[in-house]
Amino acid sequence: MSVEEIDFSDIYKKHQLEDLNHLDSIVVLDGMPEVGEDKMPKLFKALRKTFSGKAQIEVEDDQFYMPMTEGKGQGYIFLTLKNSQEATNLIARLDNAPFDSKHTFLINKFSEIDQYLNASDQFVQPTIQEYKPKDHLRSWLSDSQGRDQFITFQNDQVNLNYHNRSGAPQVVQTKNNWTNSYITFSPEGTYIATLHRQGVMLHGGPALNEVCRFAHPNVKLVDFSPKENYFVTWSNEPIVLPQPGSSTVCPFSEDDQGNSLAVWNIKTGDLLRTFPTTPGKMPWPHIKWSGDEKYIARLVPGQQISIYGVPDMGLVDKKSLKIPGVVDFDWCPWGDKDAIASANNKGTRENMLAYWTPEVENQPARVTLLSFPSRQVLRSKNLFNVSNAKLNWHNHGDFLCVQVHRHTKTKKSMFCNLEIFRVREKDYPVEVVELKDLVTFFAWEPKGERFAIITQPDTTANQQLAPGVTLKTAASFYQLDKAKGVFKLLKTLENKSVNTIHWSPRGRHLILATIGSQSKFDLEFWDADYAADEKKEEIQQIANAEFYGITDIEWDPSGRFIAASASVWRHQLENGYAVWDIKGQELTKASVENFKQFLWRPRPKTLLPKDEQKKIRKNLREYSRIFEDEDAAEESNVSAELLTQRKRLVDQWNEWRKRCRASLEQIQSEQKSSNQGKDDTTVEEWIDEVSEDCFYCYYYTNI
Amino acid sequence: MRPILLQGHERSLTQIIYNKDGDLIFSVSKDHRINVWYSHNGERLGTYEGHNGTVWSVSVDKNSEYLVSGSADNTLKLWSVKTGECLYTWEFPTAIKRVQWSNDDNRILAITEERMGYKGALRIIEINKQQPTQQSAEPKHFFEPAGSKITVAAFTAIGNEVVTGHENGKIAKYNYEEQKEVAASEGAHQDSIMDLQLSLDQTYFITSSKDKVSKLFDTNTLETIKTFSTDSPLNSASIAPGSPYIIVGGGQEAMNVTTTSARQGKFECRFWHKVFGEEVGRVKGHFGPINTIAVHPEGKAFASGGEDGYVRVHWFDESYFRTRVYGDLEPEMD
Repeated sequence: MSVEEIDFSDIYKKHQLEDLNHLDSIVVLDGMPEVGEDKMPKLFKALRKTFSGKAQIEVEDDQFYMPMTEGKGQGYIFLTLKNSQEATNLIARLDNAPFDSKHTFLINKFSEIDQYLNASDQFVQPTIQEYKPKDHLRSWLSDSQGRDQFITFQNDQVNLNYHNRSGAPQVVQTKNNWTNSYITFSPEGTYIATLHRQGVMLHGGPALNEVCRFAHPNVKLVDFSPKENYFVTWSNEPIVLPQPGSSTVCPFSEDDQGNSLAVWNIKTGDLLRTFPTTPGKMPWPHIKWSGDEKYIARLVPGQQISIYGVPDMGLVDKKSLKIPGVVDFDWCPWGDKDAIASANNKGTRENMLAYWTPEVENQPARVTLLSFPSRQVLRSKNLFNVSNAKLNWHNHGDFLCVQVHRHTKTKKSMFCNLEIFRVREKDYPVEVVELKDLVTFFAWEPKGERFAIITQPDTTANQQLAPGVTLKTAASFYQLDKAKGVFKLLKTLENKSVNTIHWSPRGRHLILATIGSQSKFDLEFWDADYAADEKKEEIQQIANAEFYGITDIEWDPSGRFIAASASVWRHQLENGYAVWDIKGQELTKASVENFKQFLWRPRPKTLLPKDEQKKIRKNLREYSRIFEDEDAAEESNVSAELLTQRKRLVDQWNEWRKRCRASLEQIQSEQKSSNQGKDDTTVEEWIDEVSEDCFYCYYYTNI
Repeated sequence: MRPILLQGHERSLTQIIYNKDGDLIFSVSKDHRINVWYSHNGERLGTYEGHNGTVWSVSVDKNSEYLVSGSADNTLKLWSVKTGECLYTWEFPTAIKRVQWSNDDNRILAITEERMGYKGALRIIEINKQQPTQQSAEPKHFFEPAGSKITVAAFTAIGNEVVTGHENGKIAKYNYEEQKEVAASEGAHQDSIMDLQLSLDQTYFITSSKDKVSKLFDTNTLETIKTFSTDSPLNSASIAPGSPYIIVGGGQEAMNVTTTSARQGKFECRFWHKVFGEEVGRVKGHFGPINTIAVHPEGKAFASGGEDGYVRVHWFDESYFRTRVYGDLEPEMD
């Protein structure tokens, strides 16, 4: 056998060298200074220093190769690195980075050079991706019956339901293991945000598909901007960039490292900017949006308020509002009046914000109303003996109430002042309501000129309350007297235990409730215009209810229903939820183990202009007749359905019983015949028993 | 419906039963005693003393002549109902958790606990009624089923079969003469089965489990007929003859009771419609978990025994039988 005849192919295959790979570890440094041989060591030294400093890659002189033509370099150098990983790192760190003042690194892998040489000079039209229609994000609004949706979250299951006025809710979507912590709706209900270890996902559309995602690892808190164009995420862990070369998608750059607050654009899914967390305890949200979404503001307590433009995220006028001692601030919300003005292109009111500073030495405490971006102080008010203050804007930006906790000169007892700014009037008049007690809860009537407060006597001076004794509180209602321009007390309800007020989003109705108590769980349904038809406004309780272990209360967006829930996040006692209508009639009550969250889906603002709304209100009677007919039809439909369902169950049962009886008879006759052969006495007993059984059967069917 | 409170036990109840005529109630408890009561007024007729441990289970024959009881003192006793005399005592290596007379009143079954190296066992003992004090010490049949131990058992209409509930939630049917499993439903429940009671004609039975669920099974096929899901562990369930209801009871486990409020304990007897599977009512009263429920054999009353040591006997009002929660739609009654 000659050598030619031997098949070596298997050996070749086995020992084949992967020659392509080592080319991967060679890079071409372009854009280098064109130096002669004499300056070569100096250049290499500089390069080595740059590489070890900026890319943590150590190289030796002999790893460089600089081709020379006529004793001069051509501006490019070959560098052989230890492996391709090192090459990748070097490119990632230094490609397009400056080397010195005149030269910039242009680094490519040697293996890629061929690719570039062979690149076609012909321009090829990039194929335009086919347009994929997006889900209709507001499809739930087109429900023929105009029902509202709500979410229930128990165990690991999230249900999206339509709320039926009568009968059980209709489950639209069920998602398992959807979120790692909680769920939140955007302010107009378009998106649902779920939190995960890797970041946040927004869902929407009829199937609740993913709309976009924001990769913020270990996100803990989220917030939407008021017009749901932007999104804010916060994590307790500072942002860490992934290892270079790793495949994880990371929207952050080196500048973001160490920050923990991120602002995103929802439409594009892009990161706009990150901020560090402000030191000290701060209530969420850390970033406050102006009503028109043009600015965001961040408080640095005691120092300044930094305001950034949106979406460019630059500090407005390159300077923050320096306010020594500032404790808290808030933007004036964007009301319906502003929306109408902006729609009609009538000049809108400039953004406003209010802040307060405490007393320091000879300077009194002060609340200031400031317009922005003109930075003009519109109104400020000095306050004395202030221990704390809280800013409460009316949700349509008509009023600002500053709840001022004051102490007496001896500092032994506390009382409260309400400083009410009427911000739509000329010169921003301020009215003071002085109270002897402490205000523990304050709530403006949405779309109204009333507010309700809960007061309780100051207890700091007294002894601690005995356990189990609930503190008596009082609820008071105030209304703006337009003629006199002052807020007057309408009514005070003494001897209550309630500690929260929930106004209906449409005003007029409100719920007083006791939340977080060990012994009281009551809800009181109040109507602030009970006798409005008789032209005398009378506040009247219309119903009350109890919900054991209540932790949360939420009005539905239409202001017709109230939901209360007991969440397992607060305690483990009888978790679940209940829904009442405005009259206090209980519609649903569900005791659900491991119940976590109940959320109504918010609705966008109505698109109907004022006059159209008025027309509807005028013809309400006609509409209601149609609705009542629909209701009646549905009710009879439902009850018919239920009846047939029950009938089916009974038939099934009866049929099964019939089969049971037949088989029993068979067994008994079998046993009888087999026993007959054996023993006579048992036969007798058997007969006895059977007849007795029959007697019972007869007896029961006749009860 | 005013309950009659039977206060004769010093510790928690373990089982209560009615006799066939429904005029007597037998109750057993952790205080080692067996009590017998007149069901119509709650007067105590007598006490059977002799056990030296928790009495777990009791059963009376159809003529209310003989009583058997199984106890944690590892003995099974045969009593004369009338005289209160202990006629015979069997000794076993472990506690007796469940006893029952057979349909022909000639045999009893005894379930023994799995402990100290002994497997849980099923014993069938022939009873000599001619000379009640002369019994054979050895059981006629002895069977140690493999797998999870038996917690509850009952004779079926077929002479040599028993249905059993197990600690892991399994339901099975055994032929004790041939010592084999006839049918089984693994995973019928998710947790230990606490009680198993047959319907009057024995064609179906109800189970209650720690997994908060009670179920109706076809005795013949062991098929699940209905499922009743509640929010608390269930210790007992009973089928009410003459009405379309079942009664379940339980509550948070005794060991946790002191840590929370009574409200959370859910110590109520709950009535469910057995065909529609909806809860129709609750009876409050116990201040501890309900351990055992028994319904009068004619469905006129029910009794519940609790961890609190009380038996509450409720005679149904006239309105209970008249009220038709679901209108004219009613299933066939047992």
